[in-house]
Amino acid sequence: MKPVLDVHQLTMDFGGLRALDHIDLQVNAEEIVALIGPNGAGKTTFFNCITGIYTPTKGDMVLTRPDGEASRLNGLKPNRVTERGMARTFQNIRLFQNMTVLENVMIGRHCRLHSGIPGAIIRPPANRREEKEVVEDSYRMLETIGLTQYVNEFAKNLPYGAQRRLEIARALATEPFLLLLDEPAAGMNARETNALDELILRLRSEMKVAILLIEHDMKLVMSLSDRIYVVDYGKKIAEGNPDAIKRNPAVIKAYLGEDIDA
Amino acid sequence: MDYFFELFLGGLTRGSIYALIALGYTMVYGIIELINFAHGEIYMIGAFTGLIVISVLTFMGWPTLAIIVMAALIAMIYSAAYGFTIEKIAYKPLRGSQRLSALISAIGMSLFLQNYVLLAQTSNFLPYPNLIPEWEWLKPYAHIVRPTEIVLYISTALVMVALTYLIKFTRMGKAMRAVAQDQEMSMLVGVDVNRVISFTFIVGSAIAALGGVLVMSHIGQINFYVGFIAGIKAFVAAVLGGIGSMPGAVLGSLVLGWTESFFTGYISSDYEDVFAFVFLVLILIFRPAGLLGRSDTDKV
Amino acid sequence: MMSLQEIKKSFLVSLWFMFLTFPIMVIKVNTIEQTIDWRWWRMAGVGLGAFCLSFVWRYAMARKEAGKKKAEDDNIVKVPLFQRLLSDRRFTIPGLVTSVALVVIFPFVFSWYQTGILITALIYVVVGLGLNIVVGLAGLLDLGYVAFYAVGAYSYALLNYHFGVTFWMALPIGGLLAMIFGILLGFPVLRLRGDYLAIVTLGFGEIIRLVLENWNEFSFGPSGIANIPKPGLFGLKLSLQESTIYLYFLMIGLALMTIFVVRRLQDSRIGRAWIALREDEVACQAMGIDKTRTKLSAFALGATWAGMGGVVFAAKTAFINPASFTIWESVIILCVVVLGGMGSILGVIIGALILILLPEYLRAFSEYRMLVFGALLVVMMVFRPGGIISGVRRIYHFEEPQQSTDNQKA
Repeated sequence: MKPVLDVHQLTMDFGGLRALDHIDLQVNAEEIVALIGPNGAGKTTFFNCITGIYTPTKGDMVLTRPDGEASRLNGLKPNRVTERGMARTFQNIRLFQNMTVLENVMIGRHCRLHSGIPGAIIRPPANRREEKEVVEDSYRMLETIGLTQYVNEFAKNLPYGAQRRLEIARALATEPFLLLLDEPAAGMNARETNALDELILRLRSEMKVAILLIEHDMKLVMSLSDRIYVVDYGKKIAEGNPDAIKRNPAVIKAYLGEDIDA
Repeated sequence: MDYFFELFLGGLTRGSIYALIALGYTMVYGIIELINFAHGEIYMIGAFTGLIVISVLTFMGWPTLAIIVMAALIAMIYSAAYGFTIEKIAYKPLRGSQRLSALISAIGMSLFLQNYVLLAQTSNFLPYPNLIPEWEWLKPYAHIVRPTEIVLYISTALVMVALTYLIKFTRMGKAMRAVAQDQEMSMLVGVDVNRVISFTFIVGSAIAALGGVLVMSHIGQINFYVGFIAGIKAFVAAVLGGIGSMPGAVLGSLVLGWTESFFTGYISSDYEDVFAFVFLVLILIFRPAGLLGRSDTDKV
Repeated sequence: MMSLQEIKKSFLVSLWFMFLTFPIMVIKVNTIEQTIDWRWWRMAGVGLGAFCLSFVWRYAMARKEAGKKKAEDDNIVKVPLFQRLLSDRRFTIPGLVTSVALVVIFPFVFSWYQTGILITALIYVVVGLGLNIVVGLAGLLDLGYVAFYAVGAYSYALLNYHFGVTFWMALPIGGLLAMIFGILLGFPVLRLRGDYLAIVTLGFGEIIRLVLENWNEFSFGPSGIANIPKPGLFGLKLSLQESTIYLYFLMIGLALMTIFVVRRLQDSRIGRAWIALREDEVACQAMGIDKTRTKLSAFALGATWAGMGGVVFAAKTAFINPASFTIWESVIILCVVVLGGMGSILGVIIGALILILLPEYLRAFSEYRMLVFGALLVVMMVFRPGGIISGVRRIYHFEEPQQSTDNQKA
């Protein structure tokens, strides 16, 4: 089976600064892969390149649907990337603050709906049905994530942990088969992180979503990941399963500093 | 050839006028990212204050040269005071709010000041005495350039030099640059951000006032509405050069001034103002940062 | 509250303002007649006024800070009085009935002139709702909106002049032409954001006005176009009074239709896309929304209403010239939206009514109108930037939410 995400020799230069240096990375269907590295290593830049926010200097990026249909990501605008089935969350929360929690999730459904302006004004039965479905589907998503008590609350009023989970819910609403999570556990306490761990596993098992995650919380990374990529200064310095990475001397030197026991 | 030279200097005059106002716009924008719509009115108030001083001192029989110098000085002081006060009332409370709110507040302030002067003084066009002495050696060239314009060029050049010195070599200048880059961080390292912002307004307003006195002397009349029109043009110039950049404001002003002058001189004088705006629109579409500005990058 | 320190502060403030306004307020010069008028009594007025106002200002500021802190600390959503009133059935039903009654009776009770003012206010309601789509919903700062208004007005005037096109034909045509302009204007500004967008749209607005002013062969320049006919009623000849009443009800109809359409748009897929665009352009794209199409649709739709408003404006005033379409018009329409509350339909209506009717009814103080207007803008932005009615989103209702086990707030 082809990997859902196949990135080959991805390079990103900002003027004289090389942020990504010939990165190769694959994610297979229903895999949980982690991308780790010290701050400034280029991880979010990587996300920005594959989602079309930056245009990479060099390299090929291919997204392949579970049914086999492949799309080249190079040159695609971010909304097209999401349409093709890859969604993301952001390192700094980028929710739609002045919309309710439910509406934030409903926005995620946008690219899977078809109503246009005439439909919005006239409201034929097809449109009404679609709107009803959007509301119900979004509510069900909130149930899955566990945010139903905030349903009509403004996103900006949510506690931090709930906001992070809302971002995930919103991204999931776009029906991705590959979900990019950028530091989802940032700022969470131990209990919240455990809940996140369970959530991500459920996403994989129930919704058949592959996950590529950037994280600094090593406990979470080691517990969740099938495979890990380590980058430093834009270069890939290691790749493998959690045990291998834990033992890798280059990784320890660059990043972990001390022994890590899961 | 004479005509070309005339147009060239005409453009230089326009450019200098725009520059003295545009500098204020760009300084404020660089520091707090606000288009100070009321800046044109500060220019106008400076000019009006100058007129008042001139009238009073003329009445008291002061010598001409002393009058014009006093008028300029007092105008600058007053405009600086107005700029300072406006910032405290209409902009400071809105720091951190949405851009649109600050913009509307600026527009409101502009409207308020226009009508304030209108009601306190008059709606008529008032003649503005030109107290800049005529120089004998310039008389033969009177159709090309007049003494007031020469004073204008020199003033603009001096202001540029003074500002450059201020920004590059003084502590306050460094503080200004810091606040322009990152307000929060500057505060954390101990810069008194409020003082820096007030200072910026004060300097920008004073420069505009100087421009106001000189320009109105040159044109020969004043009205409460002149700030608005001059303000818009100067604003276009500032954006052209790259809003936030002081050399940009001057460059943009000169470019606008020259192109306006040559356009109206050689092609058509009807569409003079359209030209400025078309120019603006084209620049912003193809190079939004302006001629010398920094491009705006969004950190994701 | 009236501590010695406070009094000292206010005293200093009052001294400052007396100094500040001394030249302009006190010394009235007239260089035509070479007179200087010294008005010392104004000094007293300024001093006293500044003294009192500084107390008021400080009090209002303190309240504002307290309100902000409380919201941060308690993390509650403030539900303003107005919104609570609106959701209360006991208030809305009688309120609605009285409003409808007032609206219907108005032109028959009040004079032709008063009705004319209300028609103008209604035009601003429609145009304001249009701009609300662009600025309030989609967050695109358009300072040149008046250009579309002008397109509508001039299209009716010119089509009528050259081809005898009637009002009812011109209404949709004006809207359509404005829509096309909206798309044309939208294209070049797609990449621009915030202030840059504002400046370019301002530039566009001025360009259109200046072209209208100078291209005499096309638009008859500064002298404008006169004798624009009012809408006809099946070919009947109407007196000025009657046609005004006719126009009034026509505007009510147009306003109602606009409200209906905007409400539907707000709570639809495209409406949510617009708000997402306003809230966060990058995240909006990341969620699969086509930024280009969304922006263009906002511009196009917003422009349509300005166009239709322009057609009615031409019909009402029977004479148009470029001077009616300056930047200040754009500013007024923008203020209608911002003061009323961005994105809120009721807010825009109230904003339009206040902004247009108030100056008219304050004609007694007509000299001070614009002064008060300017001050009002500043005060509103400082103390209530959200507008009169802010941030109401639709509330959805569901059955009992199930008990989730893993989502307890920390």
